[in-house]
Amino acid sequence: MTTLLAVEALDARHGLLQAVRQVSFEVAEAETLALVGANGAGKTTLLRTIAGAHRPAGGRVLFDGNDITRLPAHRRVRLGIALVPEGRRLFPNLTVEENLRVASGAGGRPGPWTVDAVLEAFPLLAPLRRKRAASLSGGEQQATAIGRALMTNPRLLLLDEVSLGLAPVVVEGVYRSLSSLLEGGATVLLVEQDLARALKTADRVACMLEGRIVLEGTPGELTREQVTEAYFGLRRTEATA
Amino acid sequence: MTSAAAVREAPAMRVQRWTPVSVAFTGALTSLVALLAFAPVVLGENTQNNLIQLYFLVIMAMMWNALAGYGGLVSVGQQGFIGIGAYAAVFLSVQHSLNPYLSMLLATLIGGLIAVPVAAVVLWLRHGAFAIATWVVAESFAILVSLDPNPAIGGGTGTSALLPFDLRYTPTQRLHYTYWAALGAVAVLLLLLFVLLRSRLGGSLQAIRDDEEAAASVGVRVLLGKGVLFVVAGAGCAAAGTIILAWQLSVLPLGPDSVFGINWTAKMIFMVLVGGLGTFEGPIIGAVALYVLQTYGPNGGVWYFVLLGGIAIGFALLLPRGIWGTIQERFNVQLLPVGYRLRNVATGKGTP
Amino acid sequence: MTWVSAIVHGILLGGVYALLASGLALMFGVMRIINLAHGSLALVGAYMAFLLTEHLHITTYLALAPVLPGALVAGYFLQRTMLERSLRAGQLVPLLTTFGLLIVIANLLQYFFSPDVHSLDEGRIGTAAWNVSSSLSIPWFDVLTFGVAVFVLGGLELVLRHTQLGRELRATAEDADTAELVGINARAVYARAAAIAVATAALAGVFYGMRSSFDPNAGADQLLYAFEAVVIGGIGSLWGTLWGGVVLGVAQLVGAQINPEYFALSGHVVFLVVLVARTGVQARGLTLTLRRAT
Repeated sequence: MTTLLAVEALDARHGLLQAVRQVSFEVAEAETLALVGANGAGKTTLLRTIAGAHRPAGGRVLFDGNDITRLPAHRRVRLGIALVPEGRRLFPNLTVEENLRVASGAGGRPGPWTVDAVLEAFPLLAPLRRKRAASLSGGEQQATAIGRALMTNPRLLLLDEVSLGLAPVVVEGVYRSLSSLLEGGATVLLVEQDLARALKTADRVACMLEGRIVLEGTPGELTREQVTEAYFGLRRTEATA
Repeated sequence: MTSAAAVREAPAMRVQRWTPVSVAFTGALTSLVALLAFAPVVLGENTQNNLIQLYFLVIMAMMWNALAGYGGLVSVGQQGFIGIGAYAAVFLSVQHSLNPYLSMLLATLIGGLIAVPVAAVVLWLRHGAFAIATWVVAESFAILVSLDPNPAIGGGTGTSALLPFDLRYTPTQRLHYTYWAALGAVAVLLLLLFVLLRSRLGGSLQAIRDDEEAAASVGVRVLLGKGVLFVVAGAGCAAAGTIILAWQLSVLPLGPDSVFGINWTAKMIFMVLVGGLGTFEGPIIGAVALYVLQTYGPNGGVWYFVLLGGIAIGFALLLPRGIWGTIQERFNVQLLPVGYRLRNVATGKGTP
Repeated sequence: MTWVSAIVHGILLGGVYALLASGLALMFGVMRIINLAHGSLALVGAYMAFLLTEHLHITTYLALAPVLPGALVAGYFLQRTMLERSLRAGQLVPLLTTFGLLIVIANLLQYFFSPDVHSLDEGRIGTAAWNVSSSLSIPWFDVLTFGVAVFVLGGLELVLRHTQLGRELRATAEDADTAELVGINARAVYARAAAIAVATAALAGVFYGMRSSFDPNAGADQLLYAFEAVVIGGIGSLWGTLWGGVVLGVAQLVGAQINPEYFALSGHVVFLVVLVARTGVQARGLTLTLRRAT
């Protein structure tokens, strides 16, 4: 398996706070890596830095072997990195279709994803084509946001908290739509607060705490207890007590 | 340290408002004002005239900064209040034969009063609409004045306050008293803003600046805060207007040199952005900068303005935080204690 | 002039304002920049046209052929070099930049062209008018100007609604950060918006120059009226700019019917009334804000 994304000793600040500290990991092609961790652990900052929306204070981001650390976000999209941002962040006054088409027109790369393909993957959106994004429900917005990222035919899909603020049944729907995507060989880096879902969906899991990766492994290797301890940082207190 | 351990051992902090630097500087500033009060005795007429100009520029810069820097209100219409101040002073002293300096004081209060209904109309508006609305209000005042048939107001051809001054004071006396009035106005307004910013209002203004919705949600009275600022700025600009009247004696409602002219706002924008928006010291520095440019730069004409514009652009591109803003950022200095500093009791290190 | 005449001419005057205001609306709508130099840029357009017609002996309309592309380039350049940087530094910094530009341009114009008054020739259409009745005469040139305003605003609307550039402009205006994340080069988008804005300013300047005489300091009033038109029409709406201009023009000329000195003041009064009424209509949402604020 070739490495698609490599992050080396990445440092990133969020305002005055050091949000990402010396983070290093790799994501192989067709792999799904889940990043878990409590709020404020630095996951969103990390994803945004990989996507190019945030400038790192140190370290490197390598995509397909190329150093893209200094590359602006819109150029990274053309290379094949797409981020579904935390909170969806659709363009509120554009319709669903316009949200999709603006992405393909700007960052579009050759590939199977078109407006019709997205509407097929997310059938709930089909009747909402011409609706303003601001008037959609949470689940519909999430579907549109994912679809928008897909329109650029990415090689690496970054998903930031797609379950945030959504009812469990809606989240179930979103993940179901995603599953075909994930099984189809896409490379995905997803941030997820729902531990169970992360362990179920991903090939590998990494846990972040206060900006660092404190635990890494496959769901098979790691026990729930191990992950929970790493999540809350309990293990280390025991060690120092 | 882990999070749990970190909580146990958080260093003790205390809140400090006055640092040694700010104590020293405030002392120095007060002494400077006291010293400047002696100017009429020591310095020549020319210098006094120039200083009066500096003073009303300082007032204008402080007021515009209070609105834009602290309140987030970009007003392109403060010249309306400058004009109101000047014309109210003329009206009271010419029409009602009041002592001109008393008229100036009353005119300042009138400016503040008129700011209240204006605020009622414009404060609801959003950013862009607010800016244009303030400009429209100022223009409306100017036109209303120019249409006023009252001979004391003089309509479109303007009017003069020469008579009320001449009847009571010699030109030298007028110069001295105007100087002291101007200096006094600067000192009072500086003090007023200082007190306001250190009060709860100041804290809430900072909150409003950072995030208006969040501020409102914790009970910050957003509109009240902005309203107070707007009224103070109205009165302050009116004060500046009265000083301009006392200084140049004749005023016009329309035209480029008008006391209602958009040029005044242009100068305010220049002074505040060059000095440092949102800082307390910035507008003073910006006023000094403009004053120096006016007094020692090329004498009027095309090249003076090209220089002015060029400097404005230069600052916008290279030093957007202004002189003081950049200094403050680089050296973490605050000369006047309007902020808070967190001091680690043990190490004595501070963060703003 | 009769009342009917005042209203008709007011509508046509609205076209003049709308044409000048279209660039303002675009820059404010997309970039939140209040371009204080917009009027000066319009004047530059007029002066460039003047130079071309004087030296090449072509009609004013033909002079538009080089002036407009030149303005496009100038706007692009302006954005990339000055405004972009100012925007990054803060919301208010572009005010300083455009103010600086305003002064520099006005004074350089004065230096190169002297304070003398000039005017552009509107060609044979100039004095032609449609004499509807003994009291109502509609100059064809004013109709042409109105038509150009409709064309420009309509064109811009079309671009915004139906082209990729338009979608990118709208998306970037709403959320520049996310726009970048979907592949939009926000800086290029802004630059293109500025280019279009300056081109419309130049066009408006040329038409203004044909309509009345100009000197380096002309246009301060016009700029205010253009801003008023944008605000009356509702910031963010292009067609709004047209009807805003019309409302203003009608208000001004009807006011002038009552008393010529009320020309500008009537416009200002209507402006304020519209704003207060609009805010009042939003009062329901406002009472909620009031409850939080007091």
